[in-house]
Amino acid sequence: MIEIAWSNFTPWSALAGGILVGLAAASFLLLNGRIAGISGILGGLLTPLTGDIAWRIAFMLGLLGAPAVWLLAGDMPAIEINAGYPALIIAGLLVGIGTRYGSGCTSGHGVCGLSRLSLRSLVATLSFMATGFITVFVIRHVLGV
Amino acid sequence: MKYSLASLFAGLIFGFGLIVSGMANPEKVLGFLDIAGLWDPSLAFVMGGAIIVGVVAFAVARRRTLSFLGFNMKIPSHNHIDKRLVIGSLMFGVGWGIAGICPGPGIVALGAGEIKAAVFVASMVSGMVIFELIERNRAKA
Repeated sequence: MIEIAWSNFTPWSALAGGILVGLAAASFLLLNGRIAGISGILGGLLTPLTGDIAWRIAFMLGLLGAPAVWLLAGDMPAIEINAGYPALIIAGLLVGIGTRYGSGCTSGHGVCGLSRLSLRSLVATLSFMATGFITVFVIRHVLGV
Repeated sequence: MKYSLASLFAGLIFGFGLIVSGMANPEKVLGFLDIAGLWDPSLAFVMGGAIIVGVVAFAVARRRTLSFLGFNMKIPSHNHIDKRLVIGSLMFGVGWGIAGICPGPGIVALGAGEIKAAVFVASMVSGMVIFELIERNRAKA
């Protein structure tokens, strides 16, 4: 039986934020002709090719600067990171290796790939969603952390 | 220059979207992934909203050979499903489930000055470097 956390449920802000993410990916695609895949844009900076660096840094600066620009207009919503440092290190390594090995993350496969109806991205998205659900289940309900 | 400005703009709007949606908050993401606990389905709406816009954008993009700024369209064409895709994605999901952070929200949380996000992003970049080193060794072998 699935129990819904109605007090945490925020469909409207989630939808509005999702539309903004979609608009960002759409503008990137239609202006620059590229897929807005965060792990790919960041990963490409590690094996830099001439003329292929500035735009990647610019995209990352936009992401990094979003909270600062947001603060000019109002308060930032909470960012709660409850994982401890060892967990964060293991999680980061897995996300870094996994997204490069699988050529994409939630943005590249999840948003852009599904939007262009790519079977490859559907397989990737179902794979990381599955292990995401399983991992949280094991941590919270089997190990009881 | 135009190319980088458009990238900066897209990154910024992407970041706003993650903040507005709640996706930038790892605890919210874990609430979504915790289907056996008190489940917060909100983040399905983030995906839904983004894909509604994305489908239209890709339908327009598919008919063009140049972008609106006159650059070549670089839309991936391969549709090859292999072991790398699946194993990599499975690994990514485990990492995502441990901390509730995927690459975009990690960078945004780092920009918000979260020390824990800095540790996550440093590890994520290290993971990407490890991947490159493995690939380089494999290419040599």
